[in-house]
Amino acid sequence: MWKGDYLFLLQNLVVKDFKIRYRNMSLGVFWSLLNPLVMMSALTFVFTAVFPNNQIENFPIFVLCGLVPFNFFTVAWQNGTISVANNAGLIKRVPVPREIVPIATVLSTCVHLGIQIGLLLTMVIIFGRGINWHWLWLPPVWGLEILFVCGITLMTSALDVYIRDVRYVVESACTLLFWMVPVFYAIHSVPQSYANLYQFNPLAALILALRTILIDGDSPSATLLLKLAFSSTVVFALGLYVFHRLKRQFFDYL
Amino acid sequence: MKVIELQNVTKTFHRSGGQKLLRHYLEDILGKTDPQLFFALKDVSFSVRDGESVAVIGANGAGKSTLLSLVTGLAPPSSGSVTVNGRAAALLDLGSGFHPDLTGRENILLNASLLGFSRRRAHDLYDSIVEFSELDDFIKEPLRTYSSGMMLRLAFSVAVNLDPQILIIDEVLAVGDQKFQAKCTEKIFEIRNQGRTILCVSHFSPTLRELCDRALWLDHGQLVMDGPIADVGAAYEGRLSRPA
Repeated sequence: MWKGDYLFLLQNLVVKDFKIRYRNMSLGVFWSLLNPLVMMSALTFVFTAVFPNNQIENFPIFVLCGLVPFNFFTVAWQNGTISVANNAGLIKRVPVPREIVPIATVLSTCVHLGIQIGLLLTMVIIFGRGINWHWLWLPPVWGLEILFVCGITLMTSALDVYIRDVRYVVESACTLLFWMVPVFYAIHSVPQSYANLYQFNPLAALILALRTILIDGDSPSATLLLKLAFSSTVVFALGLYVFHRLKRQFFDYL
Repeated sequence: MKVIELQNVTKTFHRSGGQKLLRHYLEDILGKTDPQLFFALKDVSFSVRDGESVAVIGANGAGKSTLLSLVTGLAPPSSGSVTVNGRAAALLDLGSGFHPDLTGRENILLNASLLGFSRRRAHDLYDSIVEFSELDDFIKEPLRTYSSGMMLRLAFSVAVNLDPQILIIDEVLAVGDQKFQAKCTEKIFEIRNQGRTILCVSHFSPTLRELCDRALWLDHGQLVMDGPIADVGAAYEGRLSRPA
């Protein structure tokens, strides 16, 4: 049906999302830096002054390694979930491939992600952890995470067309996830039987991998990488399948 | 060659307005439903040959827009088959891909990409689009500063300059002021004279009579009449003037 230039379309949609979000803001992209810094300061205050925690050194970068992936994941997932229903005008009137709408939304969040990763790496260097060869693991690890987010977003965005409550389920899931993912605690505080399960959650796996790379200056373990790759790929394939099955009736439900 | 072919096409919608709640799904499973279907199109068959220009006429709610969404592939038919050969550019509800916070230029490129154009083609056509719209002074301003007439002009310029094989027009012959309207009409005639296929949904008008050779008359989702536009037009207007 639609035989267009996917890259050109994707680029235009991503740029559109990004521009719309910031064009009328005085501080522009600084918001992308401000939010994680404020959260980092608050969590650092709580877990070093209110509940003193002697096990974790360099708490600010430790928690930032959790916050950056967590923020990206929740923002991309929530915006992506509502993207199809919110772009009803487009879906009902232009025969573009529907998959491109949620994927473009996720990718436009990657622009902020780039800025936040820059902040994270700067903080790591400020705290005296130098650059090392293990940093080469960062692109594949983040790539898998983006794949995972695209997959889960394809699924929930399609379901959201049929049952609009899905967006609230996603919202609640994100609130819950803040506690169920090691953002502000270390994985070795989690009992061993649960800890292995954590690695199947690509978000948790990413946070663990980031800490190994950036704070410990080491390569992430092979089992962790395998679990991350496996679950990201499966979720993405499943997302495409679900979306493909559901998209035919979008017109009737929007 | 047939570029558009519809065979026994029926399109139904649920009375619930498309939105189903959990309750409705449960009722479906429990078999308690009383499916209230609304027939937007009922057993419609016709075909359009290459280079033909066809008008679709009928009262509001007769199924004209549904027919166009089926032809552009936006909605699947409930039963029957729809075959379309060639790229159809729809002037459905002009500017549906437009965003008020983007500038005219950004909107042109976005819309071109939505309609399936490559980066190079879009940039090549950009100047002719701007020239046609006569909006040079405003092209770097956000769309929300445009008047509604200016917005329509921009949308129309994008759609007609993208050189579609099948041009689908949904009640948009009246765009902008008289001067621009004349220009639009001229452009559409030019596209027709290049041998393109045109499917035009509109209220019956002298322009339409001149533009199209053939007309399809839809009434409550059924194809009442299919023939030369003069005959169908006469029958349609005859029905209107007589109290039903």
